[in-house]
Amino acid sequence: MEINNNQFPQWEVFIQTKSGSPFEHAGSVHAADKKMALQNARDTYTRRNEGRSLWVVPTDCIVATTRDEEEEFFDPSLDKTYRKPNFYKMPKGTNNL
Amino acid sequence: MTEDQKLIKFQQRIDADEKIEPKDWMPEGYHKTLFRQISQHAHSEIIGMQPEANWVLRAPSLRAKKILLAKIQDEAGHGLYLYSAAETLGLDRSEMIDMLHKGKAKYSSIFNYPVLTWADIGAVGWLVDGAAIVNQTMLAKCSYGPYARAMLRICKEEGFHQRQGYEIMAKMMNGTEAQKEMAQDAMNRWWEPSLMMFGPHDTDSPNSKDSMQWKIKVESNDRLRQRFIDRTVEQAHHIGLKVPDANLKYNKETLHWETSDINWEEFKNVVNGNGPCNHQRLSHHIKCHNEGQWVREAALAFEAKQMSNPATIK
Repeated sequence: MEINNNQFPQWEVFIQTKSGSPFEHAGSVHAADKKMALQNARDTYTRRNEGRSLWVVPTDCIVATTRDEEEEFFDPSLDKTYRKPNFYKMPKGTNNL
Repeated sequence: MTEDQKLIKFQQRIDADEKIEPKDWMPEGYHKTLFRQISQHAHSEIIGMQPEANWVLRAPSLRAKKILLAKIQDEAGHGLYLYSAAETLGLDRSEMIDMLHKGKAKYSSIFNYPVLTWADIGAVGWLVDGAAIVNQTMLAKCSYGPYARAMLRICKEEGFHQRQGYEIMAKMMNGTEAQKEMAQDAMNRWWEPSLMMFGPHDTDSPNSKDSMQWKIKVESNDRLRQRFIDRTVEQAHHIGLKVPDANLKYNKETLHWETSDINWEEFKNVVNGNGPCNHQRLSHHIKCHNEGQWVREAALAFEAKQMSNPATIK
């Protein structure tokens, strides 16, 4: 690609909105290096104080499942109802359990 | 699975209001329509900065200047959210910009009209952003996850754009005779182009049927336009602005405002590149892009230098 068209590598942006909350995906930015990636992410996704902390990750480092393999991939988690508390029968009158 | 089976399964997902995500199988037409629409939308946000930037140095007060700068920065942000959503469909941003420069991708025709006075800045915020909000609120329910999420973010931010525009108009309508005239003149010039933003009538809109079936759009052009008209006519009257349409009348049975038909010849003419500012907008974008070349080169050289000396990386 000609250098004039180089828009820099792509980074995925994750925002933590407040202390203790999870980092959530917001979108992506282009940047030449880590520092520029963080600054561009700040300017693009947190103009209204939406974040207190940011992660940027090179887009090609993200590995994802697809809808096509969803059933097969997640299937083992469907048949283990004994992982849930209400699988178990408690004697009548039991409290705080 | 055969292609036909995939198509049936895809439509079932759409009908069940599931969102489609980037790596999922999708029909070619869905991919093509979405890419065209999202990239056009992104280009519109970016080109839309030009007429406003032209007024930063002429804003009538420091307050107005700060607001205008914040709005322009938002438009840049919105363009980037949308490029980011379009890139999930597998094309690089630089390819999209190349398509724009070669005339293979369009942007909203509304930005090919000149912003002549300060009242035009008010009219753009109130009418153009107002029309965009009606459209984008619908698009936030789009079946493609990344587009819908970008729209949600944009809708949250655009409320201020529309209100600041209406505030400018209201202030001028409360001012001197000359200010009132200026506001009315802006209204006269921006009203019809704003109605055109919703695109052709449903009956003349070739892409609408597929888009509705795939829930890329969940409401039709005419329905969205009517919603905008009903809201806007009343806002205009509220501050003493006249809607520049001799046939405007309220239908007490349908509870809708009725307007003259739109000048579709002009619409086609501007879409095809013959509006007052088409050439100016595109050539300015190309010029800025080329002038930024040394910045991109310098940033990449800096990164290469940092990588060759890992001790300096922060």
